[in-house]
Amino acid sequence: MGKTLFDKVWDSHVVKKIDDGPDVLFIDRHMVHEVTSPVAFLGLKNRNIKVLFPEKTFATADHNTPTRNQHLPVKDILSSKQLKALEINAKYHGISYWGLGHEKNGIVHVIGPEHGITLPGATIVCGDSHTSTHGAFGAIAFGIGTSEVEMVLSTQCIMQPKPKKMRITINGKLNKAVTPKDVALFIISQLSTSGATGYFVEYAGEVFSEMTMEGRMTVCNLSIEMGARGGMIAPDKKTFNYIKGREFTPKNNDWNNAMKYWSNLKTDDEAIFDKEISFDGSKIEPMITYGTNPGMGMSIGGGIPNSDQHKGNKKTFLKSLEYMDYTEGEKVLGKNIDFVFLGSCTNGRIEDFRAFTEVVKGKKKSPNVTAWLVPGSHKVEKAIKDEGLLSILNESGFELREPGCSACLAMNDDKIPSGKYAVSTSNRNFEGRQGPGSRTLLASPIVAAAAAITGKITDPRELIT
Amino acid sequence: MGYEKFKILKSSVVPLPIENVDTDQIIPARFLKATERVGFGDNLFRDWRYHADNTKKKDFVLNNNNYSGKILVGGKNFGSGSSREHAAWAIYDYGFRCVISSFFADIFKNNCLNIGVLPVQVSPNFLDKIFEIVFKNPQTNLVIDLKKQTVEIEGTSQIENFDINGYKKNNLLNGYDDIDYLLNIKDSIQTFSTKTPL
Repeated sequence: MGKTLFDKVWDSHVVKKIDDGPDVLFIDRHMVHEVTSPVAFLGLKNRNIKVLFPEKTFATADHNTPTRNQHLPVKDILSSKQLKALEINAKYHGISYWGLGHEKNGIVHVIGPEHGITLPGATIVCGDSHTSTHGAFGAIAFGIGTSEVEMVLSTQCIMQPKPKKMRITINGKLNKAVTPKDVALFIISQLSTSGATGYFVEYAGEVFSEMTMEGRMTVCNLSIEMGARGGMIAPDKKTFNYIKGREFTPKNNDWNNAMKYWSNLKTDDEAIFDKEISFDGSKIEPMITYGTNPGMGMSIGGGIPNSDQHKGNKKTFLKSLEYMDYTEGEKVLGKNIDFVFLGSCTNGRIEDFRAFTEVVKGKKKSPNVTAWLVPGSHKVEKAIKDEGLLSILNESGFELREPGCSACLAMNDDKIPSGKYAVSTSNRNFEGRQGPGSRTLLASPIVAAAAAITGKITDPRELIT
Repeated sequence: MGYEKFKILKSSVVPLPIENVDTDQIIPARFLKATERVGFGDNLFRDWRYHADNTKKKDFVLNNNNYSGKILVGGKNFGSGSSREHAAWAIYDYGFRCVISSFFADIFKNNCLNIGVLPVQVSPNFLDKIFEIVFKNPQTNLVIDLKKQTVEIEGTSQIENFDINGYKKNNLLNGYDDIDYLLNIKDSIQTFSTKTPL
């Protein structure tokens, strides 16, 4: 029987199988950030042990960091304490640490790929559910809790039952203004927020092979939003071109050896998945969410479903619409919005800023909209400047902030006020996610750009030629 | 960090019949700034439990004196969203030792098992039955026997089995920890590391 891509990577990392229990999985790369690591490091201290493989561990500050005046001391005392703790822990254990202001600093899932930490066929974990992003390179990458962070720091292993396997195949050509974000929001709207729980997903088909690496990262990033443990795409020429020559990518002979392993990283023809789903890419339209989980999405011109059409619990569905102050059956197109957020590990890469800029170029930001444009890393920030995007954005009335997770989870000051509507390129529209009482509509950078110009939910196809 | 051994838990329950309860509701991100694992229970379900001025929201179940106990019963897809273990910590710190639902998000379930909160997945029918009986009589106890892997609504004939892998079950029964296990096989991990392809 053939093996899936997932099987190949998983099986080559199993140190030990426990009877009637999980597998002990070896982890190649461990990314660490300030919020989910301090208690794990404390655990090591209590056990009087050190990080087993510091060279496989990489730390950055991103979740609670300010996006303005990063050169000044962090004002929030608790955030500052957390950042200091990471710095001290990283130093003590000999882990590379890219803190605030460091040229390599940025959102953990943006900087991993940028510096070649993310590699095909690797096992990658981080105390953050969007670690699934790295699956874009054909890695098994998933989010873990703090106990598991402690586990990996102390033993470079994690205990995991092997998930089931699902393949989502999308063929056909994507239409104008349909981005990888729309593809992902479409899939989640079809599967629901728990439709892939218990599974590891492989994305296959023309739509994904045509996609850029940035686009693949956006899709894999959102795998967790349908409950999947992670998502992955088989590495191809595009993948190898992307990683070649980056700082932590293998060089010379190591590269040749790695290529031998990587060239076999695809699902065998005769391999069997526990579940197979397919969609027609040409049917996907620009998407937007209307409720309080990422599964509550629809085509931008569509109407909110009626509660009797809704498959899940009716009370939960109506509670969600009440929170958004929307009514079943109505359209969101044309509704006023207050904030636009471009950024996050989902859509904070250079390609996202290019797409946003393309739409707003030569137009002016609506005076009713507050826009926060937050690059995923300093590298992205630099590219925005180098490519001349910043001056176009400035002319249209937009400013650029400094890198970080920012309003995606609003741990810093970037909070959407209560009752206000934000079109956000991030990953979660949960109640209060972007600040207590905030109302989030998830969308692509293009849809966000259109909303920023008109101040309303707008079909981006009206603004682009 | 050690936790209490889990054997048999008999307790009244706190019912929360909402689907897709995500970890941002269980503990909002702004309360994740601690560097130690203390006090998370105070902010469990913060924005459902308190108004912006910190007064209690009377209609939320944690503020309803009729309901209390060590078992939290939630709707389908409990714990979706972020990997923050703080969500499980908040539940533990508040005093819960078991969460029952008809479906759990993966990472949340693992986090619970790792800190000594038992996630018990029951059938949708059984979940409805629990809600129905508990809403009629909030004093109703559930009896959760980890060794037998059963959950029983006391005073009724309603009983159901639940799944848990043998390794994790043994850990919870004895208060064992994964890291102790892994540290014991450190030599084989180090040998393995020399043979990995990357």
